Order: sequence, then structure tokens, then C-alpha cells
Amino acid sequence: MQLHPYDKLRAIRGNARASATEYIEGIFTDFTELHGDRRYADDPAIVGGLAYLDGTPVTVIAIEKGKDLAERVKRNFGLPKPEGYRKALRLMRQAEKFDRPIICFVDTAGAYCGADAEERGQGLAIAENLVELMAVHVPVITVVFGEGGSGGALALSVANRMLMLEGAVFSVISPEGCASILWKDAGKAAEAAECLRITAEDMAAFGVADEIVRENFADFPSMCAEMRTMLCRHLAELRTMAPDVVREQRYAKYRAIGEIAPIG
Amino acid sequence: MKLFSRLRRSVRGALAQTASRPADIAPAAPSPLKAAMTCPACGLELQPDVLERLLFVCPCGKHLRISVRRRLLDLCDTDSFRELASEVVSVDPLAFPGYGDKLAKAGKTSDESEGVLCGIGRIGGIDCALFAMEASYMMGSMGSAVGERITRLFEYATERRLPVIGFTASGGARMQEGVLSLMQMAKVSGAVQRHGEAGGLYIAVLTDPTTGGITASFAMEGDIILAEPGALIGFAGRRVVEQTTGSALPKDFQSAEFNLAHGFIDAIVKRTEMRATLEKLLRLNGQKAS
Ligand SMILES: [Zn+2]
Repeated sequence: MQLHPYDKLRAIRGNARASATEYIEGIFTDFTELHGDRRYADDPAIVGGLAYLDGTPVTVIAIEKGKDLAERVKRNFGLPKPEGYRKALRLMRQAEKFDRPIICFVDTAGAYCGADAEERGQGLAIAENLVELMAVHVPVITVVFGEGGSGGALALSVANRMLMLEGAVFSVISPEGCASILWKDAGKAAEAAECLRITAEDMAAFGVADEIVRENFADFPSMCAEMRTMLCRHLAELRTMAPDVVREQRYAKYRAIGEIAPIG
Repeated sequence: MKLFSRLRRSVRGALAQTASRPADIAPAAPSPLKAAMTCPACGLELQPDVLERLLFVCPCGKHLRISVRRRLLDLCDTDSFRELASEVVSVDPLAFPGYGDKLAKAGKTSDESEGVLCGIGRIGGIDCALFAMEASYMMGSMGSAVGERITRLFEYATERRLPVIGFTASGGARMQEGVLSLMQMAKVSGAVQRHGEAGGLYIAVLTDPTTGGITASFAMEGDIILAEPGALIGFAGRRVVEQTTGSALPKDFQSAEFNLAHGFIDAIVKRTEMRATLEKLLRLNGQKAS
């Protein structure tokens, strides 16, 4: 069944799908959480730590929205603050030091937009992660399992491989925001969602997503097992490359994204 | 589970990853101002010749917006500026409603072919790679072409071991190109990272307004970050922040002065002192006249 892009987004925003923690538990073993950015605070919207992917130690960084209302409040609805991105940055640097692959899980409407986030440098925090993800020599794989909301999602999505669940989306701006800016009418969000081309198929066509993950929430354990196999396959491919080549491949991927024309 | 082959359209296949070289001929002069401007801060009416002479800074101190062509031609030593990557322009990859018309209109109002002007030039005899974003071209928003131009500039600078001086002015990513615009943040950040790792110096100068995805990428990636007085610099828009926080914000929220106080920029520099400051910083960083 083909869902309208906006219906996909609404389904993601609902409570029915799995949260980051459930993917982590389903895919990895011995997940051990590591807290804090060592600068200011521990952001509950980003969960990070170490785990085994089929026996290989990896660094896991995930945006966690929470399942029920109480947890969603605690997790700030998966809207990371600068300290969350700085925790991620710390773990990325640690991964580079110990030659551990980085696996990110993304599901966020975007970076938190409060005054406190601005005061602590939300823009800088995201920018530093973009640079670091371009700098590391270890393989980076990102799984977009829900909403890929703008720069706040991109800060964990600059990867050698991006896997996207078939119902997941990625967008430069929320369709509501786009509709209210362009047409002064947030009610036209569904139309904007279509124009913005936000689906996993779109991302594959743009060269942003590298593989689409078939969803099977009725049998979540086997869906996680398939994702584990998929991650292992991509990791094995990336591990055949020299560290410099891994980094080069990542730059080349983003270098090729965009459509332009010569004048005339 | 389908493994998609990447769709590569001919324009992208033909042009992406090709290098640009500086133009052989001198750049077009900025188009002359026709009308007087009124300073929004003090209400003073400023005649075109006065504006030019004062670099669009009102005697009250208010920094009015200046076109990128005026800015870079004034900043660089006489006849030293040459455009780079100006052949790269936008297409309408998503066939987004109204985008084609907006591009045409932006070209007319700004007199530029895209939202950023890139080139090489000399400051006090020192060779530099320079870019300046044009706020009057679709709010200086970054689409594929803006990202590509800036990326090519950083790549050229890396190859030639040139410092980069970049003036940001942008509302953020250009939504009419969807996620292709967003990914330019990653692309440019990669080019900045490689330039930096090769030992290159990058001085970012944040001008009014620098917001959204630009703040969340190359505006904040400079080795040295300067700002013009009173410039708006932030990630989220003021209205969004107010809605999120649920209270009114101080008047100077996200101003250059606010950013200086919070530790995000190195210094606030008046436009009239920009050239001297940049030259001094270039020399202090070991850059020498050629
Ligand atoms: Zn004035």
C-alpha cells in the first residue's frame, strides 16, 4: 500500500512504532550506556554507548523520543540540545581513538529550539558534529528509523551508509513550517510534504539513502535480526577499505549530492 | 529490501566534482545605486554617493546590508578580485511550485547569478580565497549551487594553500530544493574539514542575518569567527524560540553582541575596520604577500 508522504510522517510521529532503545536492544548485545558531554549536562534526548554488533564492538548513538508521555517529556520529545550533540561528539572522538565503527539511529523532528539551546550554541554544536563525521576514519552507518528532521538529524547522519526504514522520512524543514512560510498556511502541510520529496524512495533517488529497510513491526525481533544482518554486511564492506579510503568514500558521497547547471 | 542504484542526472554527472578556475577577466562592477536609503535605526536619509563612501554604514553606527560585489571589490586590493565558480547556477530539481519564478526574480533584484559570490583576490598583497553570501538573493538561502560554489572555493583553496575568508548572510537551507539543500551543509563542512586538516586558515565573518543551517555549518566552522555589529546570528528563528520557550526574549537576543558575550565569536568588527583587521589577522597567522 502506498502511503501519502504526509501520512508517513504522521505515522512516525505517533506512538505505534518502535523507539531507539528498542532497536538497540533488538540489534545489539551488551549495550552499555555512557552519559554526559563532560561540559554541561547529560541530554536524555540522545542515548549513547558501547555494544556488540554480532561480536564486534561498536559505538552506538541514538536519538530517543521515548514511548509513553512521561518518557517523552523526560526525553524532551527527542529534540536534542547542544549538550546532546556534544555527548555524541565525545563518543565519536572516542570511537575514532579506539577504531570502533559508529552506528547512529535517527528519529527527531529537529534540534531543540529553546532560548537555552541558543545560549549554549545549538548551531555550533551541530556544525562541530558535521566536521567530525567528515574527519573520522572509522566506518559510520546511520539508520533513519523515523523522522529525519533537518539539521538536528543531519548532525548524526553524515555517514558512509545511510539505511532508511521504508516508512521513514528526511526533510530540510517540517512540511508545516514549509507551508506556513511559503503559503502562509500550515494547513497545506500535506501538499508541502509532497513537494519536498521526503520519503525513503526519494532519499535513495537523491543518493542520500543507500538501502531501504523493509518494515515488519508485527515481528519486531526478526526485523531487528534482518537489520543486524544488513549492518554487518555494510560494515564488512567498509572494513575491507583502508581508513583513508573510508573517509574518502564518505566525502565523495556528499560531494556528489546536489543538482546544478552551467550558465547559458 | 531493495538496493537502489543512485539516480544521476546528466547535469550532476557532468558537473559535480569538476574543479573551477578563476575567471580571466575582471568582474562586473556593482550596479550603481539609484535611490537614497533611509536608515531603519535612526531615520536618516542617505544619498547613494554617501552610502558608497561610508560602505553602507550609517553615521549612527547601523550596518546596512551591502551587496556582495561591493563588499568583495572594496575589500580586495584594486583589480585583484577574480570570480570563481560563477558558472554554477541552480536548477529546479524537485519541480517545486514557484521556484523557477523565484530564481528569475532573485537574479533581477540582486544582480547576481546565485546567492553567493566566490573568487580569489588579494588583501594587503596576500592571496586569499573569498566568498560572500547575497542576502537579497532568496534570503541568501543555500541550495545545490550555493553549496557547490563554496565547496569548489574551499577545494581550490586547499589545492593552492590559500586562506579562506567567508562572509555569511543567509536564512538557511533553501527549502525549494528539499533535502538536496540540507545535504550541502554536510558537503561544505567536508570541504572545510579538508582545508583545515591541510593547514588552511579559514576566517568566517558573520553578517546580518546568519541563521539556520548556515549557523549550523560553515558559519561556525571558522578558525577565527568575526561578526559585524548588530548582526543577527542564531540557529532557530526568534519567533520559533519564543514559541518554544513561551516567553518574550531580550531585544539583543541572537545579536552579534549576544554571541560575543556567550563565547561563540572572536570579535565584533566594524565594516570600516574590516580590511585592516583581516589583513592583520592574516599576517598574524603567518600569511605573506605574494
Ligand atoms: Zn542610522
